[in-house]
Amino acid sequence: MRSEKLKTLRYKLILFSLTLFTVHCSLFTDVHALDINKKILPSGLTVLHSEKHNLPIVMATMIVKASLLDEPKKKAGLAYLTAELLDEGTKNRKSSEISEEIEFIGAGLGASAGGDYTTITLSVLKKDIEKGFELLSDIILNPVFPQEELDRKREMTKGSLKQREDDPSFLAERSFKKEVFGEHPYGRLVEGSTETLSEITREDLREIHSKYFIPNNAILSVVGDLTPSELDSLIKKYLDPWKIADLPERKIHPMNEEKTKKAVKMDKDVTQATIIIGHLGISRNNPDYYAVSVMNYILGSGGFASRLMQKIRDELGLAYDVRSFFDASKEKGSFQAEVQTKNESANTAIEEILKQIEKIRNEQVSDEELSGAKDYLIGSFPRRLDTSRKIADFLATVEFYNLGLDYAEKYASYINAVTKEDVQRVAGKYLDAENFILIVVANQKKAALKY
Amino acid sequence: MMKKFILLIILIFLLPLSLSAEVKEYKLDNGLKVLVIEDHKAPLATFQIWYRVGSRDEPAGKSGISHLLEHMMFKGTPKYGSKAFSKMVKKKGGVDNAFTTKDYTMFYQTLASDRIDISIELEADRMQNLILDPKEVIAERNVVMEERRMRYDDDPQNSLYEEVLAAAFKSHPYHWPVIGWMPDISSIGRSDLLSHYRAYYSPDNAVIAVSGDVQADEIIKKIKASFGNIPPASGRTVVASKETEQKGERRISLKREAELPYIIAVYHTPSFPHPDSYALEVLGMILSGGKSSRLYRAIVYEKKLAISASADYSGFNKDPYLLLFDATAAPGKDIKDVENALYAEIEKIKKELPSEREVQKAKNQIEASFVMGQDSIYNQAQIAGMFEMLGIWKLKEDYMENIKKVKPEDISMAAKKYLHEDNRTVGILIPIKK
Repeated sequence: MRSEKLKTLRYKLILFSLTLFTVHCSLFTDVHALDINKKILPSGLTVLHSEKHNLPIVMATMIVKASLLDEPKKKAGLAYLTAELLDEGTKNRKSSEISEEIEFIGAGLGASAGGDYTTITLSVLKKDIEKGFELLSDIILNPVFPQEELDRKREMTKGSLKQREDDPSFLAERSFKKEVFGEHPYGRLVEGSTETLSEITREDLREIHSKYFIPNNAILSVVGDLTPSELDSLIKKYLDPWKIADLPERKIHPMNEEKTKKAVKMDKDVTQATIIIGHLGISRNNPDYYAVSVMNYILGSGGFASRLMQKIRDELGLAYDVRSFFDASKEKGSFQAEVQTKNESANTAIEEILKQIEKIRNEQVSDEELSGAKDYLIGSFPRRLDTSRKIADFLATVEFYNLGLDYAEKYASYINAVTKEDVQRVAGKYLDAENFILIVVANQKKAALKY
Repeated sequence: MMKKFILLIILIFLLPLSLSAEVKEYKLDNGLKVLVIEDHKAPLATFQIWYRVGSRDEPAGKSGISHLLEHMMFKGTPKYGSKAFSKMVKKKGGVDNAFTTKDYTMFYQTLASDRIDISIELEADRMQNLILDPKEVIAERNVVMEERRMRYDDDPQNSLYEEVLAAAFKSHPYHWPVIGWMPDISSIGRSDLLSHYRAYYSPDNAVIAVSGDVQADEIIKKIKASFGNIPPASGRTVVASKETEQKGERRISLKREAELPYIIAVYHTPSFPHPDSYALEVLGMILSGGKSSRLYRAIVYEKKLAISASADYSGFNKDPYLLLFDATAAPGKDIKDVENALYAEIEKIKKELPSEREVQKAKNQIEASFVMGQDSIYNQAQIAGMFEMLGIWKLKEDYMENIKKVKPEDISMAAKKYLHEDNRTVGILIPIKK
């Protein structure tokens, strides 16, 4: 499947290397229309652009398809360090010169790696756009990954991994990933671990960069006070040397989908138990994604409108926050419900979460709940696009997950199509109150878990 | 019931080009002030109501009452039951929340602009008709106690922060945390909440800030119709406490299960709009504004003593507050060396004037973040509302101008004046292993 897709993409690229491919699309039909221009450059770089002239600012987001999916297990943290070191020295500038130049114009420039891709963002005032693009291009095209910077960042990352162990949520989350995904890359932290970080060499970073940081493996979205011709000339001036190259093949990682039940208890001198209950979930391209969104809103992502919040916070006063979510990724992600409650209430909270999962699997939701969820999901869409920064990030992500340029227009119809039967069906299919991973970080003596 | 209201329209031009955030100001007869900022880029609006009450206004033994009352504001009136407001907002695709600080409490909703009537009607309702059901009080008290466990008790660095504040402020109510001490929270009952509510949740003690795709004239008519008849309250105690001058360093330590040592060092500083506040703001940025800033360069990057080091001048408070330094030691490093490195940077800026370019960089950073912040309607209303809480919103007009006037001498002078040992409170987190 995947390699077929790649082939199609390569084929398309051959076509586009001769001509520019431009699509124009309007989101929203009223006065607040969001016009999007999409182009694929001869270099293979996908460019999305939307003009916004309310403020003299420009926001750019670049997605490069390189992540922990592309690194060997024993070098976990490689994609992370590659991203972190992009702005720590280039052929033209030292690390200190990059931060000095970007901060002198009050701009923001940064890179971070995630589960599915690496994001590089630029936030800059219009008057400084030339400088901003020059630096953006420099860190993407010309990083040199100095040994000294690698060593420094590696040690800092190790330190921060250690410090974060103070946070019970971090411990629970790390353990949950490991239990749910096992050997799959999603089972690791993007930062890797102290051991794997030590394995990474400068050569590894260079290799990831030269293999994956190529225009035909990237998406650039630019939103703000910039006309199409201004953007064209910036791209010509600063991204021209970025040349098309052979696309690396993204491996598909086998995922162990066997149902398991396991409880992991970690003892810590804390007043609250941090609890995660969950299992494998769905991928972003699963056609049930929208039904799952509605179902999970009702279960645990709808804030005060969700069942978990109503029961565990409002009725029982057991927690400040309780929520559930599906992390829908390129490959199958996870489902998890999370809560923090005083050690002594841990059993009750777990029991209530499982009851709610059982209930939504076994009984249809009410009409009121269904319409409430749909109204929120549809009605909140404009808020997801209310700043240039949000629009830039949104466009890049929509492109990465192949949701279509008309995604914002079609979203309402996807949600509206969901029925009560769908909600119960997907709850039955993607939730499990019998076989799940349970993680509890707590003062175990006080928590006295039954599980 | 036709009531007069004063209409003041002030145009302000925060920045010369294309950034004209026009604030329209109104005042109802009952003392309610309304600030409206029109921004028609998206079909959304933010409605914020600000009350001049925070932890600084709490009676002894009842710390955390303002924050608990903020929670109770979501628990319903006779007309709209518990969480009904939040659910209505959500049903329209909106988001709502609230927060409490030392000086004020703010409730907001961001939603489709044609639904803003919900905010107006329901905020007016809960300003007058809160139920405060005793059973709900107990349940919500438990929720807040869980919030406290999560945010403070189980977080060693935040616990240290709480300890340092308590040591730095002896007489002023900034001594206690906004969330309150645990025994205090558990002692707050319905009658305490009711008198706090009656005293502080009144139109003459509130400010509404609206921003987004709205027509100011229409909005003010609607606000007048819903809020105009709410009577002002009397009998508020005005807390005019002043912290006495500190004469000598205070040191505290906290021994907790933790991975790395951590330090917080705070100095008493004046708050905005004190003339020194602008230099302190620029000083904070020079010390801590990104990877090119002094603390990061010296302590994290070059000396590799810490995995993080920062300075934060927190000038937006009603009363004088603090310039705060904090740093987490790198594994294997001595926290004493981290502390000395922080002081070395402080001494350096006292002795040598920062360069013109460095000062300009800090100003550019402040200005750019201000301009970028204007892209969010929530942020626009929030800035106007916050400035109003600290005095008058028009102060924001001069803010950038005053920042631009700061000279290198002002920065070194401010460092000398405030960042000295006798004015310092230091807290060290000492990790212990179980």
